[in-house]
Amino acid sequence: MSAPAFDNKIIKWIDERLPLFTMLEHSTTSYPTPKNLNYWWNFGSLALFALVIMILTGIFLAMSYTPHVSMAFDSVERIMRDVNYGWLLRYLHMNGASFFFICVYIHIFRGMYYGSYKAPREILWWLGLLILLAMMATAFLGYVLPWGQMSFWGATVITNLFSAVPVVGDFIVTWLWGGFAVDNPTLNRFFSLHYLLPFVIFALVALHLIALHTSKSSNPSGIEIKGPQDTIAFHPYYTIKDLYGVGVFLLVFLGFVFYAPNFFGEPDNYIPANPMVTPTHIVPEWYFLPFYAILRAIPDKLGGVIAMFGAIIVLFALPWLDSSKVKSGRFRPVFKWFFWLFLVDCVVLGWVGGKPAEGHYIPIGQAATAWYFLHLVVVLPLLGRLEKPLALPASISASVLKEKA
Amino acid sequence: MAQPSSTPPDDNKGPNGPRRDFLLIATSAVGAVGTALALWPFVHSMNPAADTLALSTTEVDLSKVAEGMSITVTWQGKPVFVRHRTADEIKQAAETPMADLRDPKNDKDRVQKAEWLVLIGVCTHLGCIPLGQKAADPKGDFGGWFCPCHGSHYDTSGRIRKGPAPLNLPVPKYTFLTDTSIRIG
Repeated sequence: MSAPAFDNKIIKWIDERLPLFTMLEHSTTSYPTPKNLNYWWNFGSLALFALVIMILTGIFLAMSYTPHVSMAFDSVERIMRDVNYGWLLRYLHMNGASFFFICVYIHIFRGMYYGSYKAPREILWWLGLLILLAMMATAFLGYVLPWGQMSFWGATVITNLFSAVPVVGDFIVTWLWGGFAVDNPTLNRFFSLHYLLPFVIFALVALHLIALHTSKSSNPSGIEIKGPQDTIAFHPYYTIKDLYGVGVFLLVFLGFVFYAPNFFGEPDNYIPANPMVTPTHIVPEWYFLPFYAILRAIPDKLGGVIAMFGAIIVLFALPWLDSSKVKSGRFRPVFKWFFWLFLVDCVVLGWVGGKPAEGHYIPIGQAATAWYFLHLVVVLPLLGRLEKPLALPASISASVLKEKA
Repeated sequence: MAQPSSTPPDDNKGPNGPRRDFLLIATSAVGAVGTALALWPFVHSMNPAADTLALSTTEVDLSKVAEGMSITVTWQGKPVFVRHRTADEIKQAAETPMADLRDPKNDKDRVQKAEWLVLIGVCTHLGCIPLGQKAADPKGDFGGWFCPCHGSHYDTSGRIRKGPAPLNLPVPKYTFLTDTSIRIG
């Protein structure tokens, strides 16, 4: 790592004492990026953009929010009605959560299609999964803060998941609550943790980027970089492409913020929390629905909780479950179909998760849950051994030139 | 990386080696245990505080609860169901064969006076409040309570009969102060 020569004397003076500019140079203008990245590679930077929006709007919302059971709901309504641009901050934050998950889910499925989790990017993949877990915790905690009916009962149901733990389950739940029911101590600590976790996510994102810049970006051909002919500089080529993505993202995101701000929400959450009455149909936010469906598919309390957490834990083993040497789904004729089937399966789980647990929704949910695990644990290991992949191009550069011809 | 000008001598291999190993391991162990113990105040600060624990009893006047009626009172932030059971409901609960129960308990062990059933009204699945307290509520397939969240059915003794919940609705500790009033907790 040789330091670039800086002409500007001030920059030079700073850089010799704190190599900020050298670091910036290495991760932008001299950072080699595969030249064949398609638009699916935009969603990582979009997710980071969403995280920044969430932290910014969240800090300002916290200035007007009161974490107390008798004041929380009203303080949110005050933000909506009296605080200058409070409605904008809150709608950006509410919809920002949904769009953060949209970006991250697309980012994950992109990684699954192109085999981005395979060697040497296993730790990069793990860090991504840790970010997903931290995001889920943060989103759950944040949803409790407005203290509406869905907030309260969501908090009750999710914290009760831990009561399924043998022997110490009830102690854990009381400890999480700080009382004998979801109440003021619970709301206080949820606010504290909801403020903390985004910074943990930020630190994880930094590690994710360090791992990325060590193993370099994967790419649609799934072939590693072999030389300078395969790459272009991240800056200005991909900074401008990412910025273009941000523009499109903002169009869609702000479309919801301004024209359908409650599209992703539940009307029941505009009813103040009532610990004595459970709403007849409890549903979590849409981004939890597939996992909620898995929880409900198992007719046993502990089993359901294990399956739900297992659905994410199993993804940590994905780099080894997928035994194929070929990374990109582009050159795997059979895997390609199973990938789309898996995607449809996840959508079905999400759909069932939003329906009441009765009638034909139960067997559909159970079948979709079974396929989720079968795909990851049985289909992927077998496919790698049985499938005959297509011939790989000689290099990233060759694959691009072939497409052009 | 430049070589440091001097490296510490590798004394652990010398004649004092075992003594130094012992000191290193013992010091590290004490440090680790101390750090672990220092975590406890942080963990325990999240458990129920003294004032939360102090709100532990609720008195209930039963004189206005007619036969067949139910009331809901709050105890420790949770709903407690008090049902004045009819003779039919008592008979139904008493005559249920143990083999039909997931969490087998005799009805007579769950009440102090057969006509008064006192339960913590929190579903043992994931903590929702079951329906069945109001006259118009669905009471499930066994005439007791029905949890709308994930479909658990409880009978007239508050025992789980159908659905995902693993246990009966718990009976809180309570005492009859007079014939028509109880203290819960």
